[in-house]
Amino acid sequence: MSELTGIWVYLAEQPLLWLTVTVSAYAVAHQLFMASGEFALLNPVLIAVATIVLVLLATDTPYATYFTGAQFVHFLLGPATVLLAVPLYTQAKQLRKQWLPLGAALLVGSTAAITSAVAIGFVLGLDQSVLISLMPKSATTPIAMAVAEQLNGQASLTAVFVIFTGITGAVAGVPLLRLLGERNADIKGFSLGVAAHGIATARAFQHSRKAGAYAGLGMGLNAALTALLAPAIAWLLGLY
Amino acid sequence: MASFIALVLLLQLVGEITVRLLGIPVPGPVIGMLLLFIALSLNGGAPESLSRLADALLSHLALLFVPAGVGVISYLAWLVDDWLPILITLIGSTLIAIATTAFTLRLLMRRGTVKAEDE
Repeated sequence: MSELTGIWVYLAEQPLLWLTVTVSAYAVAHQLFMASGEFALLNPVLIAVATIVLVLLATDTPYATYFTGAQFVHFLLGPATVLLAVPLYTQAKQLRKQWLPLGAALLVGSTAAITSAVAIGFVLGLDQSVLISLMPKSATTPIAMAVAEQLNGQASLTAVFVIFTGITGAVAGVPLLRLLGERNADIKGFSLGVAAHGIATARAFQHSRKAGAYAGLGMGLNAALTALLAPAIAWLLGLY
Repeated sequence: MASFIALVLLLQLVGEITVRLLGIPVPGPVIGMLLLFIALSLNGGAPESLSRLADALLSHLALLFVPAGVGVISYLAWLVDDWLPILITLIGSTLIAIATTAFTLRLLMRRGTVKAEDE
């Protein structure tokens, strides 16, 4: 038994263990998702994250230790973002023709994302600082955190809201769009990207390359627009 | 393939250096993406192996968000008091944003000349 403990102590300090756990949890979650016929609540990100959180809590492992292994996966977000240029370029011709509908939908969606968060949160009695931290939640993490900081919100709280928003979009977005009778891959992808950034963009890429490209565009544009709109709306509502 | 991996990393590096030099609040990889987009436009297309690299990484983009998602664990204690109203707000607001974006797009695309096909 003490030998096993020794092995555990050794492994727990090594990046390999948590890297393996991260990729395995995702691989199993992805298989489960596919086997279930893409059942929304079995979203791979949701299941993998929940599983790993439980493992970390059960083994009393600090997040920092986990991240020494998981950072190798996390790092790939950078190159993946650069590579978004490829599907975007493939769709560029069509995107140029749709600039007006896309621009208008971006403006409406971004405004709705920000104001509805404040409105619902206000009705439910959340503090002003939480309301401000909620405002940029549909934008991608670095932008959202910068906006929250600028408006005297709590940036680390915003980081959590961004993750929950992404998972919500990835889980509930596709069923909602189906309920609304939406079948067009462009519309589905763009809506997911605007409302729920990268995590929902990942969901769109599971749907099709085209939906992924539109989601990537929506995510990028909403990040830029949120940086402008959130401070303006905060000022209009007297939150800043 | 190897040279394209190098290219992608190089563009990200240039992006990171650019945002630091200019002090702009844009993630470095986004600048890298714009640079790659410009490069593809100048080249008039994406080489086959670059497309394969993009497909490989982007088809499992979801995996790359897992480590950041697990990061929520550090803030669970903060959320204990207000978790229900926060959860309702996030879910409600996200669904509203998806629905309004999709609704506006459908309204305007139907009226426009572009008729995108289903997939």
